[in-house]
This record gives sequence, C-alpha cells and structure tokens, in this order.
Amino acid sequence: MANIPADLKYTKSHEWVKEEDGLLVVGLTDFAATALGDIVFIRLPEAGEEVTAGESFAEVESVKAVSDVFSPATGKVAEVNEALNDAPEAVNEDPYGAWLIKIAGTEATDELLDASAYEAVCAAEEDA
Amino acid sequence: MKLLFERSRTGRGQSLIPACDVPAVSFDPSLLRAEAPRLPEISEVDLGRHYTELAKQTHGVNDGFYPLGSCTMKYNPRIDEEMAALPGFTGIHPLQGEDTAQGCLEVLFRLEKLLCEITGMDGMTFQPAAGAHGEYTGLLLIRRYHQARGDAARTKILVPDSAHGTNPASAVMAGFSVVSIPSNAQGGVDLDALRAAVGPDTAGLMLTNPNTVGLFDPNILEITEIVHRAGGLCYYDGANLNAIMGHVRPGDMGFDCVHLNLHKTFSTPHGGGGPGSGPVGCKAFLEEYLPEPRIREENGAYRFCTPAHTMGRVRSFWGNFLVAVRALTYILTLGREGIPEASAGAVLNANYLMNKLKDSYDMSFDTICMHEFVMTLERLKHETGVSAMDVAKRLLDFGMHPPTMYFPLIVHEALMVEPTETESPETLDEAASVFLGILEEARTDPESLHSAPHSCPIGRPDEVTAARSPVLRYKFAQ
Repeated sequence: MANIPADLKYTKSHEWVKEEDGLLVVGLTDFAATALGDIVFIRLPEAGEEVTAGESFAEVESVKAVSDVFSPATGKVAEVNEALNDAPEAVNEDPYGAWLIKIAGTEATDELLDASAYEAVCAAEEDA
Repeated sequence: MKLLFERSRTGRGQSLIPACDVPAVSFDPSLLRAEAPRLPEISEVDLGRHYTELAKQTHGVNDGFYPLGSCTMKYNPRIDEEMAALPGFTGIHPLQGEDTAQGCLEVLFRLEKLLCEITGMDGMTFQPAAGAHGEYTGLLLIRRYHQARGDAARTKILVPDSAHGTNPASAVMAGFSVVSIPSNAQGGVDLDALRAAVGPDTAGLMLTNPNTVGLFDPNILEITEIVHRAGGLCYYDGANLNAIMGHVRPGDMGFDCVHLNLHKTFSTPHGGGGPGSGPVGCKAFLEEYLPEPRIREENGAYRFCTPAHTMGRVRSFWGNFLVAVRALTYILTLGREGIPEASAGAVLNANYLMNKLKDSYDMSFDTICMHEFVMTLERLKHETGVSAMDVAKRLLDFGMHPPTMYFPLIVHEALMVEPTETESPETLDEAASVFLGILEEARTDPESLHSAPHSCPIGRPDEVTAARSPVLRYKFAQ
C-alpha cells in the first residue's frame, strides 16, 4: 500500500498539499509517483504565474507517459522547486520531500481530502 | 558493438571523388569552415559489415510477426519497391520544369483521385511528410475556414481521451486549445459529454474511427452531426483506415477533412522512422485553403496550380514523392476488389487472434474488434507481478515483435495487437501459442520473465537514464 502521511491533505488527482508559512506546498503523492514509474522530466511553472484550482500547472513525464499535475487551489506561484529540473527522480525517491511549487494568496479548502479519504480513492483505483 | 567513429583510422579508404568538370563557385568566407569535419574514415567493406551487423540486430516484417498495434506493420509488396526504384522517379529533380516531369505529376494526380474515392473527399495535398504533419495541416485548414468566415471565437478542438497523443499536440501546434472528451463504457465517444462540450467556441473534433481501442463507433453519424450543428468541423485521423478502406468512407461518416498515413495503410516500409507520407484530403468547400501547389489536368497535360486562398506551403517541394509512388502501385495492384479484401482480412485476422487469446488474457472490451484489439494485463500483474512490459519483452525470445505497450492510456497494462491482413493463419496460430505459453510461465516462473528477453543482443535498455541524460553525439577523445 502506498505511503499516505496523516498530516497532509490530498486531491483526487493525486497531489498532496501542506500549509507552511502562509503558503500552500504542493507535490505528487507516493501513489502517483509509483503509478507513473521512473520520472524523467518535470515541466514546472515560473514563480509569479497564476494557477487555478483543478487546472493543470505542471507536466510530469515518465518512461510510460506524460501526465498533467493539477492545482489544488487558485493563487499565485510563490516558489518553484528548481532542483527538480536537474533531478526529477527526487519525486520517485522522496515524494513527500520533493515538493513542486508553493502557492501564495490562498489556503487549503474543505474540498481537499484527509489521509483516510485519500486512501479510499487509491484503493478504489487499485481495484478498478 | 563498435561505433563508426571508433572504427575510424586516419586516411583509410573512402570513395574517390572525380575531378570537377563544372566551373567552381566561391562562397563567402563567412560560410566556410576552417577545419574539415571529423567524419569517420573507414573502408567500404568495413562500413558494409557495420551496417549488416546492425541490420542483423533488428526485427522487421521480413524477420517475423510484427503485431505492433496502431502502426499497421503489414508486408510491403516488392513490386512497390520496384516501381519506386524506376530511374524516371529516382533521377528526377524537384526544381525541374513541369513539362519534363509529366509522369511524376500524373502519379500524384491519379493517386489523389483514387484516395479521394477511398476516403470520400474532393481534393488532397501530398505535402505533409507523415501523419502528425498531416494532422497539423488539416487543423490549419479548419482554422483558415473559420478565419475566412470572420469567426474568431472558435478556438477549441475536441479530442476523445482515447486519442493518440499526436492529436492534442497537433491541435496546440495549430494554435487551438484542447478539450478532452471522455469515452463511454463501450469504448466510444460519450455523446452526452460531447453535447455538453460543443458550443460557439468549437472549431472542430478530431476522431479516428475505428478508435484506438480497435472499435468502430456506431454513433459516428450522430457524433459528426452534433459537431456540425454547433458550427464545428470534423477531422478524421486516418491512423486506422486499414480497418475500413473500401467498405466505409470518412466522407460519408460526416468528416470534412482527413489525413492518411500512406506508409501504413498503403504500404511503405516504415519501421525505421521514415520516410512517411501524410496526405490531407478535404471536402470541396475546404479545397481553396489547401497548400500550394496542387496539380490539375489541362488538355492532356498536368500543370501546377494555386488554390484561391491557399495556406501556402507546409513543406518544401512535393512531399515524400516515392511513398506516393508505392501507394499508387499498391492501390493499382490490389484494385477495386483487393482494397476492401485487404481491410476485411485485417479485421478477420485481429478477431481470429483475439478469440484464440480471450479465454486466457483479459480483453479491454469484450466485443468484436476491428483491425486491432487491446488486452489489459492488470489482473495478471496483481496476481503474478508480471507486467505488460515483461510479456512484451519475453515475446522477443520467440522471434516476435511485441505489440504496442501501455497505449492507449485509458487501458492499464495495455498490450495492443494489430496482426494486419498479410499474416497467415499458421503465423497467427503460432503467435497465439507463444502468448499462451508466456502466460503459463507467468504463473510458474514469474522471476524469469522479469529478466526477459534472454536471447537478444540488448535485453532491457536503460530507458530512464536514456531519457534523463541522453547522449546525442559522439564525444571525441581529445
């Protein structure tokens, strides 16, 4: 079973979210990273760009496929994890350490899932 | 195996260039390099051996079964190659005047008529170099059409979620944004989702039928009508024409423009990356926007002409002409009876193989398929740990090319099998027994499958490192 830390919030589209210093930190879950396989490239937005809840803000390319990453909130990109440009494999190695972006001007909404709700989402997809 | 650069020895055998017998032309010094390029120096025999060795490590249709789904790896008749090698075709120069190239113009003119008949279109351009380039050209047609009507609001192209990745990519390249339409439980377009998605911003719909899971969408007339009623155009991706040619025409399904993959459906060897040919056909109302030049017949001679509101050129010269020669040969060889027989054979072969496998392998859709079928190995992976990749790799040990893997993306652990019409029942029986044998191995000895293939010069290339840090040129020692 995928690692799903209890202190994070989640989206149905497999992003994790954490509030930190007034910003929303966003990354890809262990389930997503495992399903994608070895990640070889991540196209990240630039700091200052607007992101919209439910819309794609980044692309992740693995050996299998290219997938969109969806924003959990509407706001402005405050910070981008530039280290992923050279080492995208960090998302496979440490999905909850290798954040993608930090979003400013927003907060975690009630629409986000807690760990147990997200675990149910993953279980349903495993069975699908 | 050594690279040519590693085999190179200074001064060793190269061809002797004859003395120059035309006036020398001098270039501006800024265009000249100071040093000769460091090309490998190697004798002809060693060069020949190098490429022969490489050729021995490949797998082509001439080596064995090649059911690479979506790619239509049919046998390419030798007579196509013979025609394409005629000196009148190979010795021609693209800048030659039309009076001295009448035979070549006639090839394109006659092929256009035949392909328009097969697709139900009125006009065609042969400029696009291959399929995705054809998609791009077709989308520019749609764009020009809306622009000419002064309708700037149509910015969206609808693409089903089962589509080949080139569809959304081409739409974005052509300046559109993409709306993904979900599939229904039968693998076709979800009509309600389509109705909800169309509107005054709809430029068009891109569709292949049969679709990427190998199923013919029975709602096709309703689909194209929904798009037309909303004011959009319908684009037919000819990727899967091999299933229907001579039986159903995209033009009769309601499509306004189409691209074909001549190299697939009309047989040019295409496993090595080219050349392809992606002609784009359209209904009469779009002809005025086609790329220039087109060819018309005038008093028994063939002439270039320019469509009234042409989009210009999408490629230099006349497209990949020799692929067109092969396609014309193929169509004339098969004839009015042979073309529909070929597609019927492709569908029969796919269903034959699917039925031999479906009690053992899970099919993504349990129904009659068209020219290809998609299996899902998700259950096998859960039960044994053996993945679609492992099965595909193991097939290599039996002299078979693997099916397409992990595509379409809507099917998990997908293997997509397209036998084509040129395979015999014996080959299909043999392939079925190989597939069933591997399934047995997956249950008894899954470990050995993880390291398959065991008999190939290269078994599992490191795709991750290749993608993360590709080496794209030779690094000289000094």
